[in-house]
Amino acid sequence: MGKIEWAMWANEQALASGLILLTGGIVGVAGQFRGWQFAAYAIAAGAFVCLLEYPRSKRTKGTSVERTGQYCFTVCVKSFGPLTRNYYVRAFLHAALSVPAGFLLATVLGCVCLGIASIIYLAAAIRGEHWEPILPKKEIARKPDDSMKNPPQNPPPRPPPETRRKRVDDLEGAAYDNPIPVDE
Amino acid sequence: MGNWIINHGLTSFILVVWMGINIFLFVWFYLLYDLGDDYYYTRHLLGSALAWARAPAAVLNFNCMLILLPVCRNLLSLLRGSFMCCGRTMRKQLDKNISFHKLVAYMIALMTAVHLIAHLLNVEWYNNSRRGGYDNLSMALSNLEDTENTTYLNPIRKTDVDAQQTPTYFVFTTIAGLTGIIITLALILIITSSMEVIRRSYFEVFWYTHHLFVIFFIGLVIHGTGFIVRGQRTTIPPYNYTLCKDRIEEWGQIPQCPLPQFEGGPAQTWRWVIGPMILYLCERLLRFIRYMQTVQYRKIVMHPSKVLELQLVRDGFKMDVGQYIFLNCPAISPLEWHPFTMTSAPEEDFFSVHIRSAGDWTDRLIDIMQHLPEGAQGPKMGVDGPFGTASEDVFDYEVSMLVGAGIGITPFASILKSIWYKFKTSNPKLRTRKIYFYWLCRETHAFEWFADLLQVLEREMEERGMGDFLTYKLYLTGWDQSHATHACVHFDEETDVVTGLKQKTHYGRPVWDKEFEEVRKENPSSVVGTFLCGPVVLGKVLEKKCAKFSDVDPRKTRFYFNKENF
Repeated sequence: MGKIEWAMWANEQALASGLILLTGGIVGVAGQFRGWQFAAYAIAAGAFVCLLEYPRSKRTKGTSVERTGQYCFTVCVKSFGPLTRNYYVRAFLHAALSVPAGFLLATVLGCVCLGIASIIYLAAAIRGEHWEPILPKKEIARKPDDSMKNPPQNPPPRPPPETRRKRVDDLEGAAYDNPIPVDE
Repeated sequence: MGNWIINHGLTSFILVVWMGINIFLFVWFYLLYDLGDDYYYTRHLLGSALAWARAPAAVLNFNCMLILLPVCRNLLSLLRGSFMCCGRTMRKQLDKNISFHKLVAYMIALMTAVHLIAHLLNVEWYNNSRRGGYDNLSMALSNLEDTENTTYLNPIRKTDVDAQQTPTYFVFTTIAGLTGIIITLALILIITSSMEVIRRSYFEVFWYTHHLFVIFFIGLVIHGTGFIVRGQRTTIPPYNYTLCKDRIEEWGQIPQCPLPQFEGGPAQTWRWVIGPMILYLCERLLRFIRYMQTVQYRKIVMHPSKVLELQLVRDGFKMDVGQYIFLNCPAISPLEWHPFTMTSAPEEDFFSVHIRSAGDWTDRLIDIMQHLPEGAQGPKMGVDGPFGTASEDVFDYEVSMLVGAGIGITPFASILKSIWYKFKTSNPKLRTRKIYFYWLCRETHAFEWFADLLQVLEREMEERGMGDFLTYKLYLTGWDQSHATHACVHFDEETDVVTGLKQKTHYGRPVWDKEFEEVRKENPSSVVGTFLCGPVVLGKVLEKKCAKFSDVDPRKTRFYFNKENF
């Protein structure tokens, strides 16, 4: 289990927990359960966790696979800087978010799942992992080849002035016209 | 269209049958609980949420039974062997076992969600009934206790717990509730660690977490033993609920309305899952026995680019072309089994695998082998298999086009060797007279051993004057300027600079139209079989080309695309 990046699994678990919290909350509110306020909280918390966890982090080793359409979420999450980059913050955030959901049966499963995600994030943080945004690679401007760098310094060699004179007796042989008259 | 039916027909049929059984079970049990007389009073408390909880439970029973079966790979091998008579299409279905396992898993997840939500509603409404939130009938029904002449209907008995916490308290103090939470948690952990990202990159996490299924099944069997959901016991004379439901005060006093008695049904799940659980136990036992069998190392070869070849011998091991085995090396990790396609032909008296450095386990294995003294036996190795449908179809065609992309050429090593052996011994099973082999790869790094194999074959064929039996083309799709320059400088040499083979390396992807046209021109009246081991996209391209270049006239060339999953 040497090379495992725990944050990858924590991310999947947290996203799933967010969805479960959301679902449990919706059931609680729609069914007008006793304590539906906790369910309403769970809807908000669940939605927040989903938005936070949707953008996958860039892996330290190997190719990172983005989730569909995650770019805008990446930009939002990136803007919070160290708060979202650090996994200790995430671990404690998820632990704190999960506590109120434990007071209603409909959301208790979401609470436990989010708690587990929090523990895995803690493990990731202890191992020094952090969240990196996956950004599209910028196009590197193509440098011209070396041989193109230095334009020629000298004019091209020209034949001696006698042959450069216009030969009126042989017009076909006069392959080129001098735009500037050549003094003899 | 005909091609689709041949390639996908049986799979679609099986899926339709499976879905049909699911729908049937759902609807049957839904109606049982929604219309049955004995659940009339239960429905009064719970509404249709009762049926919505029981119907997915039935579907869950069915699918939990099914989910263990596709992963019993030794059992599947046994089935495959006994179905030799029933045609390849049937046996090829057994190769899609993991896809089926995943499909059943999705169904279990979906039904768990429905079951869970329905029971959440049920518990909430039981709670409300108990606390008098509903009508008098509900109150009366909920007040029934388990005494000598009454039985309870509402499983929530304690009322001194805080009203909001009662559902949670109830769930955590009943067998059904507690096991339900535990197994749902296990299921969620199994699913999140089985996501493709985790599975492909951190296989160990996936493998070890997946073993939570043991807890899942134990919990599942215990889950229904609580007799919580109760229906009304039939009495003599039969209870007339239409009359009695409005006469609550007279229950027990008038002859038509005795006190209603309720009882829960026995647990059903064990009946469904006990068979597959035993089969799976046998499967793990068989894997263990196979693992204990001695495997001898015949030869250990380190190829360039960190490719390890192991030639192994085991008593009673019989293989077919294109099959794969699972290897386990306790010195590296006692619990991990990893699959490898075999690269030896069945005609050889050993079996071999070529292992590339592709992760923790392979790296450790290569490391151990590199530090072995000359001629010593390697570490203890367990071998499970062989598995997979044999690709015998390859021998049936007069002309074969074999396309291998990247790591997909591995099974072709086995196939090419086998074809050559069969040809040398004039095996009547071999109908192939001409092979076109296309090898596509980004770079030859890690495939030099295959180039060596082709060189050996090329040499042997020249010796026998059979130079045109095998035509192979290598396409380097990852070329750059330096490759091109190098090739330009050496273009007039006899052998190729990259592979050392007589046939020159092509750069870039093949132009399939040209290739198919060439094959058609050289074989004007044959049936050509095309086999691919590579990416799905390429498969689609080849399928289209086969259709395009096939002639309706049976006397002219016809191409058949075989969708093989080596």
